[in-house]
Amino acid sequence: MSSFLSSSIGKKLVMSLSGLFLVLFILVHLILNSFLMFDSTGELFNAGAHFMSLPVIRFGLQPVLAGGFIIHIIYAIILTIQNRKARPQKYASQNLGESSTWSSRNMFVLGGLVLVFIAMHLMHFFIPIQIEGNVHDDYQLVKNLFTNGSMGMVYTGLYIVGAILLGLHLAHGFWSAFQSVGLSNKLWRSRLEKVGYIYAIFVAAGFTIIPLYLHFFA
Amino acid sequence: MADKILKELTIKVWRQKNAKAQGKFESYKINNISTGTSFLEMLDILNEELVNGGTEPIAFDHDCREGICGMCSLFIDGRAHGPDDDITTCQLHMRKFEDGATITIEPWRAGAFPVIKDLIVDRTAFEKILQAGGYISVNTGGVPDGNAILISQDDAEEAMDAAACIGCGACVATCKNSSAMLFVSAKVSHLAKLPQGRVEAARRAKSMVAKMDEMGFGNCTNTGACEVECPKGISIANIARLNREFLVAKIKD
Repeated sequence: MSSFLSSSIGKKLVMSLSGLFLVLFILVHLILNSFLMFDSTGELFNAGAHFMSLPVIRFGLQPVLAGGFIIHIIYAIILTIQNRKARPQKYASQNLGESSTWSSRNMFVLGGLVLVFIAMHLMHFFIPIQIEGNVHDDYQLVKNLFTNGSMGMVYTGLYIVGAILLGLHLAHGFWSAFQSVGLSNKLWRSRLEKVGYIYAIFVAAGFTIIPLYLHFFA
Repeated sequence: MADKILKELTIKVWRQKNAKAQGKFESYKINNISTGTSFLEMLDILNEELVNGGTEPIAFDHDCREGICGMCSLFIDGRAHGPDDDITTCQLHMRKFEDGATITIEPWRAGAFPVIKDLIVDRTAFEKILQAGGYISVNTGGVPDGNAILISQDDAEEAMDAAACIGCGACVATCKNSSAMLFVSAKVSHLAKLPQGRVEAARRAKSMVAKMDEMGFGNCTNTGACEVECPKGISIANIARLNREFLVAKIKD
């Protein structure tokens, strides 16, 4: 088992499975967020947020989710360090634009930027709602962030940037996760790539529309 | 149609005396090169001029010059085997370049492929991976009688496509991680798809991957650049198969 997890393919399996787990989490998160747009009294969203604060979720699922993030990040760092070491002398001129997509070559940078976004996002919502626990109307908290004065505009912009970065990360990450566990071939590659692109666009568009809706219409 | 003549080219090339020496780029001018000249012939012409001028010629690997041996390497203008898909360097011609251009030539860059001299790198790491399991252990005799062992057309074709790998190292050279996964996956696949090689498939996948990791190649991040630069057009579907073979073999342990 130890030789398995230290092998290159074993480490990629870890990246792949933790990535797919986070892909599922993002979908759940997006569905819950969409409640923000369907009920302007905020009751629907507050009920969803209340459900996510139940002890079974907070103490049962949240540690698993945090673990998924941490494993994905740690293995990304290990793999990236090894990959950089594998080419001690760089090329003077290297033109990879002809042979691969930009997002596939910049997964670590994109992931890092998404992580910065997540840190900001946790400070806005997770910490006041779940750690400090002094928020009575979660809907109002979210709405205020995107509508309050000039900062409302800034935060709307930042959340859209975050959504686009996440979409770019998923555009390569989704099909790549299947390739790494061996669930791909010539036929399924093009199918999985298409599904991955659709999913990435869906997620990026979803997380873009919600702050825009709150900023302009709520 | 007569070939055009490229009146002047600047060749910016990596010069390195030996494995231990510090290398650097040198620029040379070369005149009146026909667009019908192959890239290696252009280097031959340049070398002749260098020798006549008392300079040591540029060392580069080459052998068959018909795209089947995998000996020629060269990272030209930022791409393995130069600005074209599905070719080796010996199949690259000067018609791909403009008059007055500066052409940058570098050796393969990877920790596992150390430079020996100028543009020549040591690709022994590939041999070591093959020695770890890229064979079948029993002598299977001569060519089997037709249809004595039934193999489906699809399997035969896929095995043949993977067997087209000439071990040139373009996959490693172009990969942003210097990963050898396309090479290893081709070598594992062409045997795993046939009954003679199937018997040892699990052992082969494990030992070749272990050797690949040991030699210091990077980890695959599925960018797909390797299959574009591969002169034999080997698909990264083989990498998915290698992942599958390896994971199944490890789970069975």
